[in-house]
Amino acid sequence: MNGRRTFLKGLFAFLFSGGLIEGMLNILPAGALAREAPDKGKWYGYGVSVDKCIGCGRCMDACKTENDVPREPFFFRTWVERYILRKHGATTVKTIDPAAEAPPEADFDKSILRSFFVPKLCNQCANPPCVQVCPVGATFQTDDGVVLVNVKTCIGCRYCIQACPYGARYLHPVTRTADKCTFCYHRISKGLLPACVEVCPTQARVFGDLNAQASPMSRFQRMNKIHVLKPALNTEPKVYYAGLDGEVR
Amino acid sequence: MVKFPEKIPDSLARLLVVFLALVAAGAFVVLVVIPRPMKDVRLQWADDIKREQAKPVRYAGFHVCVECHGEIYEMKKKGYHRDLSCETCHGPAKAHTEDPDKVKPVIPAQRAFCPLCHAYNPSRPRGFPQINPVVHNPLKACASCHNPHDPKPPTTPKDCSACHGEIARTKAVSHHVMLACTTCHEVPRQHKISPRSVKPSKPQTREFCGKCHAKDARDKMAKDAPRVDLSEHGEKYVCWQCHYPHSPEVEN
Ligand code: HEC
Ligand code: HEC
Ligand code: HEC
Ligand code: HEC
Ligand code: HEC
Ligand code: HEC
Ligand code: HEC
Ligand code: HEC
Repeated sequence: MNGRRTFLKGLFAFLFSGGLIEGMLNILPAGALAREAPDKGKWYGYGVSVDKCIGCGRCMDACKTENDVPREPFFFRTWVERYILRKHGATTVKTIDPAAEAPPEADFDKSILRSFFVPKLCNQCANPPCVQVCPVGATFQTDDGVVLVNVKTCIGCRYCIQACPYGARYLHPVTRTADKCTFCYHRISKGLLPACVEVCPTQARVFGDLNAQASPMSRFQRMNKIHVLKPALNTEPKVYYAGLDGEVR
Repeated sequence: MVKFPEKIPDSLARLLVVFLALVAAGAFVVLVVIPRPMKDVRLQWADDIKREQAKPVRYAGFHVCVECHGEIYEMKKKGYHRDLSCETCHGPAKAHTEDPDKVKPVIPAQRAFCPLCHAYNPSRPRGFPQINPVVHNPLKACASCHNPHDPKPPTTPKDCSACHGEIARTKAVSHHVMLACTTCHEVPRQHKISPRSVKPSKPQTREFCGKCHAKDARDKMAKDAPRVDLSEHGEKYVCWQCHYPHSPEVEN
């Protein structure tokens, strides 16, 4: 008697989990998820001039304020890394903490070849590995090329966090869902700049529609030698770097 | 001869019916009973885009400020801080623009603020104006000497070291310590007032260093200078390809 009831209950629950089944049916082959720049409409891109960044961290601060990112110094939607390249090939990379005191002079001795800052954020890949691996279709690419996370359906499995080659995602400690840069989607759809671009004091960060003819973004692309991070992975990032050192990954 | 269905045992046939019924029921539930928004990711995405777009804006953007703070806006536009947004320093001010009397943005008057950008840090790009906050006019608010909306040195400095501290310090412990900056750079007076628009000259040729370092150099400073054969030494390259002129080391 009891056995049958539990069986029927289980069966019912199983059938109603059809959403999950259907979701799985929606896992498309990787190629089908990649997008190309549309002929019409917006296609957002982002430019970073490495040699203009002064490492002041205003972008990191503004991003946290604008997007309610937890204040702890290991949750970031955008962050700035400091590279120190030494003779004989040793390289150290550390995310800056703008609140901290100035770096000890002892860090800087004759063995240093070069040192510089590299701003990082989600690359909004046209061929995004995170979208491919999501088991419930919670992360997706909009028509204007921005990768978003649907907090209503994200199950917090962390698969996308593992899959991102750029370390751009983290698990939000409050919502328990994956979170990452959205190019400030709520701002750009009102014609505003992303918060990090708004507050950057040296124009090290530029943003715009790659389909627009005359914009700071297309000028950035025209005037600089452009690189992307980890091009060999074929993720086709839409965050473009000018003045990128070969050591930067 | 043998009828095909008869080969299937009765119990198996019944099981098959039950199974097919289950599949049919499942398909019915998935296709009909479950509402579309629960299973169609495209609908869910459209929903999420709306949610994303509805999030509150906190940074208003600096164009908005001109409406009520036109004077400061115009002043900043012409000065060194022209690329800074008002909210880079004053923090998010969208709420302020909506109700300026109730909500006031922060005013970063404490001394620790400006060094976020201006403290000396060797990773910063060369030429970015930097100071050592510990020794640069300590105990006084930065704004008492520099207008934050149009910052410039309050007085014209006499020494190159005021702005080129690192070069001056390097040179002071190098073999070129006896050479004045002006031996190698012609500096128009205006350079100390608007350094970025009026630039000093820089040596251009190998012969320039040859004035003191060629075998037959006769400059009055050349007395103690080690000599090289200009026609051979360093091949076709300018000297500062290998020797940093402000600290000419001979490493081997
Ligand atoms: C609708 C008009 C209006 C707009 C737009 C506006 N402000 Fe104001 N702002 C005011 C008024 C009014 C005051 C109060 C002046 C006073 O009390 O003397 C003020 C004061 C301030 C103060 C001084 C606060 C204090 O404690 O004294 C700052 C800083 C400021 N605004 C920054 C901004 C910035 C940055 C923006 C652009 C994002 C902006 N304002 C946009 C009207 C405006
Ligand atoms: C480099 C950082 C910085 C930037 C950029 C900046 N401010 Fe300020 N602002 C300050 C500081 C510091 C003070 C306090 C000055 C003082 O203590 O005398 C101040 C004071 C003010 C005040 C109140 C005092 C006054 O002078 O009336 C207003 C209003 C103001 N700022 C508006 C603006 C607006 C509008 C912009 C953009 C056009 C802007 N600020 C950009 C740093 C900045
Ligand atoms: C967010 C970064 C940022 C902050 C904060 C900031 N500045 Fe600046 N400052 C800049 C930039 C960028 C320049 C322009 C440098 C250039 O032209 O290469 C500049 C230029 C200057 C200059 C001109 C230096 C020269 O070459 O003569 C002075 C002086 C100055 N700032 C003082 C201040 C003071 C005082 C404060 C605090 C109220 C302040 N700054 C806060 C970014 C900043
Ligand atoms: C007592 C007045 C005074 C105070 C206070 C002051 N400065 Fe200066 N600052 C000067 C003078 C004068 C110069 C010109 C160079 C020199 O003589 O050191 C200057 C130059 C600068 C420069 C340009 C350096 C360069 O290499 O181009 C910057 C940047 C600067 N100050 C930032 C600041 C900051 C940030 C503070 C606050 C922590 C501050 N100043 C406080 C007087 C002052
Ligand atoms: C008020 C601050 C200030 C003073 C004083 C000053 N400089 Fe400069 N100087 C600058 C700045 C700012 C730059 C531009 C750096 C840049 O654009 O990378 C510069 C650039 C230069 C350059 C490089 C020009 C180029 O084309 O790259 C030389 C050489 C130079 N200065 C020499 C001097 C000498 C020599 C003196 C003393 C007689 C002096 N400066 C005094 C601020 C100053
Ligand atoms: C022995 C000649 C010599 C003397 C003395 C000298 N310089 Fe230079 N300086 C040069 C040369 C050559 C360059 C060009 C280097 C290059 O293009 O790589 C240069 C470049 C510069 C630059 C451009 C930035 C850089 O580091 O390349 C500045 C700024 C500068 N000098 C300032 C000074 C100041 C300030 C002094 C005095 C403290 C000084 N120089 C003394 C030869 C000299
Ligand atoms: C006005 C004369 C003068 C000029 C111009 C000059 N130098 Fe020198 N240089 C000297 C003198 C004097 C010394 C030796 C100082 C000492 O050690 O006593 C010297 C030393 C050197 C040394 C040797 C350092 C060592 O370790 O022994 C090098 C390398 C050098 N200079 C390179 C240059 C280069 C490169 C230039 C051109 C940018 C240049 N010099 C321009 C006067 C000059
Ligand atoms: C290709 C690199 C290179 C270039 C270019 C170069 N040098 Fe040198 N220089 C060296 C090296 C390496 C040494 C040390 C070994 C030696 O003595 O040959 C040196 C040594 C010197 C010395 C010290 C000689 C001694 O006896 O102590 C002087 C002075 C000097 N160079 C001046 C110059 C001048 C002036 C120029 C430009 C006309 C120049 N160098 C261009 C590489 C270079």
